[in-house]
Amino acid sequence: MKTVRIILWLPLIAFVVFVGFVAAGLIKPDDMTHPSKLVGQPLPEFSLPASQQGKPGLATADLRDGKPHLVNIFASWCVPCAAEAPQLDQLAQAGVDVVGIAVRDRPDDTADFLQRYGDPYKRLGADDRSQVQLALGSSGVPESFIVDGKGIIRQQHIGDIRPEELPAILSTVQEAK
Amino acid sequence: MIAEFGLAALWLAAALSALQLALGWMALRPGGEALMPSVRPIALAQALLTALAFGALILCFARTDLSVALVVENSASAKPMMYKIAGTWGNHEGSMLLWVTILGLAGGAVAILERRLPERTLIATLAAQAAIALGFFAFLLFASNPFARLALPPLDGNGLNPLLQDPGLAFHPPTLYIGYVGLSVAFSFAVGALVTRDVGPAFARAMRPWVLGAWIFLTLGITAGSYWAYYELGWGGWWFWDPVENASLMPWLAATALLHSVTVLATRDGLRAWTVMLAVVAFSMSMIGTFLVRSGILTSVHAFAIDPKRGTFILGLLVVYIGGALALFALRVSTVKEGSQFDPVSREGALVANNLLLSAVLGIVFTGTLYPLFVEATTGEKLSVGHPYFDKTAGPLALLLVAIMVAGPLMRWRRDEIAAVVQRIALPVLVTAIALLALILFVPGIRVLPLLGLMLAIGVGAGSVAPLWKRNLRRTPLFTYGMVISHLGIAVALAGMACESAFTKETLVAAAPGAVEIVGPYQVKFAAIDPIAGPNWTAIEATLVATRPGRAAITLHPQARMFAQPPTETSETAIATLWDGQLYTVLGKDDESGRWQLRLWWKPFVTLIWAGGALVAIGGALALLGRLRRELFPRGRPTGFLAT
Repeated sequence: MKTVRIILWLPLIAFVVFVGFVAAGLIKPDDMTHPSKLVGQPLPEFSLPASQQGKPGLATADLRDGKPHLVNIFASWCVPCAAEAPQLDQLAQAGVDVVGIAVRDRPDDTADFLQRYGDPYKRLGADDRSQVQLALGSSGVPESFIVDGKGIIRQQHIGDIRPEELPAILSTVQEAK
Repeated sequence: MIAEFGLAALWLAAALSALQLALGWMALRPGGEALMPSVRPIALAQALLTALAFGALILCFARTDLSVALVVENSASAKPMMYKIAGTWGNHEGSMLLWVTILGLAGGAVAILERRLPERTLIATLAAQAAIALGFFAFLLFASNPFARLALPPLDGNGLNPLLQDPGLAFHPPTLYIGYVGLSVAFSFAVGALVTRDVGPAFARAMRPWVLGAWIFLTLGITAGSYWAYYELGWGGWWFWDPVENASLMPWLAATALLHSVTVLATRDGLRAWTVMLAVVAFSMSMIGTFLVRSGILTSVHAFAIDPKRGTFILGLLVVYIGGALALFALRVSTVKEGSQFDPVSREGALVANNLLLSAVLGIVFTGTLYPLFVEATTGEKLSVGHPYFDKTAGPLALLLVAIMVAGPLMRWRRDEIAAVVQRIALPVLVTAIALLALILFVPGIRVLPLLGLMLAIGVGAGSVAPLWKRNLRRTPLFTYGMVISHLGIAVALAGMACESAFTKETLVAAAPGAVEIVGPYQVKFAAIDPIAGPNWTAIEATLVATRPGRAAITLHPQARMFAQPPTETSETAIATLWDGQLYTVLGKDDESGRWQLRLWWKPFVTLIWAGGALVAIGGALALLGRLRRELFPRGRPTGFLAT
């Protein structure tokens, strides 16, 4: 009879465990960063021509200069990219080396975009056929990759960078040194 | 004014549910019998007030009252009337009000209709129902007020998610909610019976029609939802193991088990504690399902509200209700007298096997649905669980379950001889064997699960009508016909699933107008592409002409639609339904060089899936009718066809 009594409490115990996990899921802050399979892998070899006059293009070699970089994939026709621009400016002001890849864009449109929403990019490559974007494993715009000084991808961020995510991204960039 | 009226009705209903709980509680205490007659009318008044509040919200939506925040967020003046009204429950607050309305109406229906239960158990049941209602009223009033006004009404609303602008939406959520919330009655019955320690055949007979009713609606809701996802989402699949689909499947599995165990309790006074447990679990699964959808904790296409505050509120309610009921179960059920014992080779033995298998499938679905949550809490890794897990684990168990479905109805209550059972199932087993042989011979290369599925579907199809064999069909009770039709429905649905999985043909091309593509037995000509306009959308529409030797040509018009409010693109599939399958077509994007993405599927006998689901529900309705008739005419049996 004793064992039967204990069995009767099992459903309640199972439910308490369930509530524990759900509560843990509710309490933890929403994590919008997306770890990807590419994390820990070296960048693929690429070399993109400059998108804008007076600003260098982007090649893999540029990203192996011993400093961490944030590679931002964007396009002037992409609305979330415009929403993301202030955050990229803040990152650049905080000392992050932001470099850009403009996907399927016309140089004039890109120039307008940079004039209107700010230009945080130290280098800017033009990826007219999305080839580098696809090689990086990116499926849309905007996306950002944090790359360390040896050209190893440390983090892939899918979607626009939101203000509340800045501290986490800054600390990842600092760790990437 | 209408919004204020609705809000006032909601507050009054909440107050009445508190009163109903308090009076019920006091009436059950020693010397409180005088209060008993007051509980039923209060339950009824609470139901009416909640329905009034819901009616007021519908009116706000029908008139597009732009001073109500919820209308602004989820409706627009240029929407067809049907979608204005359906928009009432196409959002978080409105769907929660619908949930509470059905809860209130279910309580009211119990108060009016239930005459078989001992009065004490009924009062305890109504008090439990009021306790559930009170929590969800509080949730609505404090965390999700549907009637909140805006200080500055805008010129027009934001519109309804175009995916939801579909006739399916008008019926799918209410149907599913009647099923979900109808199970609250079984939950309250179980709590009431635990409080009064009165679990027995009378309790089971009183509970059975309510479970059956909720189960019918759940079956319909799931079937309709599956078809909606199939044609509206344009992915060509009929079940995605999405967390929210699972959230509707889990209460259905529990309710199906309950439906079978309650029969054992009613007929043989066995499985007392188990039946009470299942009644608690079934509604708990409904509430957990609601919680999963509303909290956004498991995100999916169904997530209206990603809001941790609301999630925490509902989690609190779950802790009180489910935790309370399970604690009551643990404390009280050992004082419920043990039911009768029985022989393993018997009808009740088969029903126990049915219950164990259904519970195992439920456990698998529950684990798979919540596993991502578990992994994220322990390792921080994000993952999702999909087809491969569920197919490999739940699939074989479900097939085993279907296999014993042949034997169960052919076994006698109390005790049966194995030799006699074998003799009775010989014919279905023979049919199954012939089906297996024929499939292996004529369909080489078929995969194992679809092969077993088709084989069982044919065998079970034959086996399900076997209980009518050698019986006087005019004197066979209506609920026996119900069981036969429901079991046949399972076989039909299984046949559809197996055919879809084994024989579907897919063609994905970029084609220019004039091109001809082949899919299955059809030649599909891409005849034209034109722009067209609808009431609140514009679209690009393809004209496809499908031909097949010896059949009339079919014209299909898949569209890529652009909705203005909110700006969204959807693809409208075009489906031709034929007796031997469906031709399913989707128009995708153009590649800017005059070619368009076309996705064409030929899905043989896919419609059997939903026809089977409908048969299951029809069988349930016949069973319910049969039970009610027997209740209403216990002695003076009406004579004639299908008399019970």
